[in-house]
Amino acid sequence: MMAELSQWVGSLPISLAMRRITWLVPMLQTLHILSTGIVLSAVVMIDLRIWGVSRSGTAIARSERFMPWMWTAVAVATLTGIALMFGAPRSWRDGVFVAKLYMMTAAILATVMLPIMLRRNDSSGKDAGVPVQLVGIAALVLWLIATLAGRGRWIAGALGG
Amino acid sequence: MRVFTELLHWVEMTPLAVFVSQSTYGFSAIDMFHVAAVSVVFGMIAILDLRLTGLAFADFSVTDLSRQVLPWTWTAFAIAAATGVLMFTGQAVKYSLNFAFLVKIALMALAGLNVLVFHFVTYQGVAKWDHGVPVPLAAKFAGALSLAIWIAVAAYGRLTAYYMFP
Repeated sequence: MMAELSQWVGSLPISLAMRRITWLVPMLQTLHILSTGIVLSAVVMIDLRIWGVSRSGTAIARSERFMPWMWTAVAVATLTGIALMFGAPRSWRDGVFVAKLYMMTAAILATVMLPIMLRRNDSSGKDAGVPVQLVGIAALVLWLIATLAGRGRWIAGALGG
Repeated sequence: MRVFTELLHWVEMTPLAVFVSQSTYGFSAIDMFHVAAVSVVFGMIAILDLRLTGLAFADFSVTDLSRQVLPWTWTAFAIAAATGVLMFTGQAVKYSLNFAFLVKIALMALAGLNVLVFHFVTYQGVAKWDHGVPVPLAAKFAGALSLAIWIAVAAYGRLTAYYMFP
């Protein structure tokens, strides 16, 4: 079904127009890559405080400081990502792309949980505990896998798919 | 110039370069890590750059932010550089004629120069503007320049791929 869908999308006027404007796809890809970098870095900055590598400020303050950057970047990455799906509808077909969407969903869930867990910890007067640290690691690893999967179309081929 | 081209031809013949250019998935696998590493370089250094320009993160001291950001920036840069060199060796001659690639290398040389001047001149006086006071113009300039250069490096990296495989 994805194959027909990608063929249909590829024939849409918007898709044809995007491929005619030669600089549009590389420009969208650049924005996509840069915003992905902000997502990863914002999670790293929050994790550094949760892990205790950095001790400046509270973990909640750290999370509140970087979450707006992180969600803005997620929004930009999503919008440019959707635009790129129309510009290069090939990607709709491969399983790695679908796997990337699952990874992103899991990464978003872990990222949403972080401040919730931090606030609960704080009200009981404790510093970031092991469960929060693990969710912090999970968020970073999941975002990293999603990022790698974004250029992982070759994996489908390598696995014989 | 001729010597240079011969050197690049020799590079393409080295076993590692042959692996990159001949293996079915080698290039794609290396490229996957390259793009991810470049994105982390940008994201991490952008945090420090924004602090230096005065646009954000004024609640952190410059030294505190540097300590947190720079190990990740340099690790990601090392991965990006190593994977970048590998991809280059596979088609060294073709890359050396790729305009976008040459712009990207020139921009990175400029970024390197910016880091050197900032680290060995401007940053020496950081104690005076580490926290709570405006950052001097030289540091603001270094931050803004770095931010602009890394955005352009990512863009020319993408354009390099487009000139190589239109």
